[in-house]
Amino acid sequence: MTLITPADSPEDRIGAVRDTPVGEVDPRIDHSHGTESQWQLIRRRFAKHRLAVISLWILGLFVFVAVFAGFVAPNDPGNVKARYTYAPPQALHFIDRSDEGWSFRPHVYGYKVEIEPEALRRTFVIDEEKKIYLTFFKRSWDYKLFGLIPTDIHLLGPEKTRDPFYLFGADRLGRDMFSRLVYGTQISLSVGLVGVIMSLVLGVIIGGAAGYFGGWFDAVTQRAIEFLRSLPTIPLWMGLAAAMPSDWSPLQTYFAITLILSFLGWTELARVVRGRFLALNGEDYVAAARYDGCSHLRVIVRHMVPAFTSHIITAASLAVPAMILAETALSFLGLGLQAPVISWGVLLQEAQNIRTLATAPWLLLPGAAIVIAVLAMNFIGDGLRDAADPYAK
Amino acid sequence: MLSYLSRRLLTMILTLLALSVVVFIVIQLPPGDFVTSYIASLSASGESVDQDTIIALRERYKLDAPVLVQYWAWLSEILVGNFGYSFEMQRPVSEIFSQRIGISLAVELTAVVVMWAVSIPIGIYSAVNQYSVGDYVATILGFLGLAIPNFLFALVLMYICYNWFGVTITGLFSPEYMNARWSLDRFLDFASHVWAPILVISTAGAAQLVRVLRANLLDELNKPYVLTARAKGLSRRRMIWRYPVRVAMNPLVSTIGWVLPTVISSSFVTAIVLNLPTLSPILLRALLSQDMYLAGALIMFMGLLTLVGTLISDLLLAWIDPRIRLGMVGAN
Repeated sequence: MTLITPADSPEDRIGAVRDTPVGEVDPRIDHSHGTESQWQLIRRRFAKHRLAVISLWILGLFVFVAVFAGFVAPNDPGNVKARYTYAPPQALHFIDRSDEGWSFRPHVYGYKVEIEPEALRRTFVIDEEKKIYLTFFKRSWDYKLFGLIPTDIHLLGPEKTRDPFYLFGADRLGRDMFSRLVYGTQISLSVGLVGVIMSLVLGVIIGGAAGYFGGWFDAVTQRAIEFLRSLPTIPLWMGLAAAMPSDWSPLQTYFAITLILSFLGWTELARVVRGRFLALNGEDYVAAARYDGCSHLRVIVRHMVPAFTSHIITAASLAVPAMILAETALSFLGLGLQAPVISWGVLLQEAQNIRTLATAPWLLLPGAAIVIAVLAMNFIGDGLRDAADPYAK
Repeated sequence: MLSYLSRRLLTMILTLLALSVVVFIVIQLPPGDFVTSYIASLSASGESVDQDTIIALRERYKLDAPVLVQYWAWLSEILVGNFGYSFEMQRPVSEIFSQRIGISLAVELTAVVVMWAVSIPIGIYSAVNQYSVGDYVATILGFLGLAIPNFLFALVLMYICYNWFGVTITGLFSPEYMNARWSLDRFLDFASHVWAPILVISTAGAAQLVRVLRANLLDELNKPYVLTARAKGLSRRRMIWRYPVRVAMNPLVSTIGWVLPTVISSSFVTAIVLNLPTLSPILLRALLSQDMYLAGALIMFMGLLTLVGTLISDLLLAWIDPRIRLGMVGAN
């Protein structure tokens, strides 16, 4: 670097000018400060929020599971095995202790069926005699990676494909809860993401126009937002969801549900965008751009949007968990996504009555997934909110 | 104050009109209309369909007229207290209403009161003792309260009570008191059941209230007047209660606006999981069977409840804060 960049304090600068010949850089000046871009500052600030960083890793794991669902799931999520109705979860063991000593061989224990003498009910007992050895990159059932590439390789699977392998137990029809949870992650996360993208489009256009042009449009949208926010959301969502024709395909329902969620979810984003526009409208550089003869579009896209992108990202990241919770509640009540589709809410529908819960408490595990995902997203949103304006103290 | 009140009432009436349009759209969305659904349900149960009744009904709700006329017919019926007829339950909607409205309101109001009674002391405590163990516990519980959906909390509570204590917490009355008259015994039975839904409904809102109050109070505690009051020899406890808490409560009153929609939404889901005899299971049934007149009336009613609550909160706020009363600042 041949240019002298201004250092932090005036004293440093004077010192640099006095001691070094023109055109050379004083090695005593730390040039890494004050030259970082806004995004570098945001990243640095975000890294200070310990909980947010951990949450980011957790969310990354969720996203990995969602993207590579077929690879992670050991069993076909729709595969019915009536023999294993409500089979309890098997613990995963890595170290195999046999007569020959210790070795690294992941395995689970098989089941023994016992019949209760009084109730004559079949119950599963973990049988420590029967070891089911597992292999990595096991070839079993066919699926399509990313919905495109046909393959049959799975991260983990029993050596003999017919052996039971239920990490999170089995449901009413003997389907593997773990694999179903993995596939549910795919749908539930994507509902949140697609819903937020849709409400982001609505919110940015409506809120942006309201904040930029003001006047009657602003007044009307403000009233509309106040109105939508004063309504109890769940009954209204349910009303709209219930009006959906019941003969729609799963894909149509999926998009209709996301549309309903974003239709009522855009208000918060619009409010944030409008607020930022109002704040920026008074800035000198925006006025300068306008006097330079820039079109409305150019003023907005080139001069205003970069100044509050981080705020929009923050608001959007806080809206995702709300969307996921809403989808879960709707599906749980039977008004959202319907059975062949697997989402966290649809899975929890199985756990609705107390008798089922008493026999198979592991059916509540999708609930744990919801809580972890929503908590992680909230923490990330918190971290982003702190980092959104890195120039504040 | 009077002009403020009339302005607020006018906004509320306009909002109600807007709500009625939305509800009417929801009613109209499913294919077919009220009478075709009515005929379908009658013939499904094997009853004959009287042609004269059909014509009379079509005439009454002006089903062959343009949409605007239909809307007006529906709205004017509602204004005189006729909410339509539930073809699924074969009874007028207003009759179903009057049976369950008392319990619904009782549960929701108690939840609101509990929520405030719990969150205000916790919020003050965690702001005054910032970064103490209690503050961290409150913060963690608050985050959990926000992240756990109501129905999941209700399910887990149901499971824990059943598995560990052998108690079923569904319903609001034991079977022997289900249809009894109100008496002290029945009330005690009600009280022994109602804690579970109240606990579930109030957590989510309480978590948010604690966060709001904590943030407000922390802002206030750093202001110079607090230091002045302390310097003048006021005891810490009296100073906190007399000045910063009162200022910090102000924005909290305006949160009633969103607290009520939250409470109504969450009581809705909770009531279904815990099988409470409130309006919510009826709304779910109505929605699942596309009994849209009943559903529409219920959504309309829940909206009305929210708006009345918001109105009360605004009036309370105007009473506390003269700046709002005189229209100098908005109620946010």
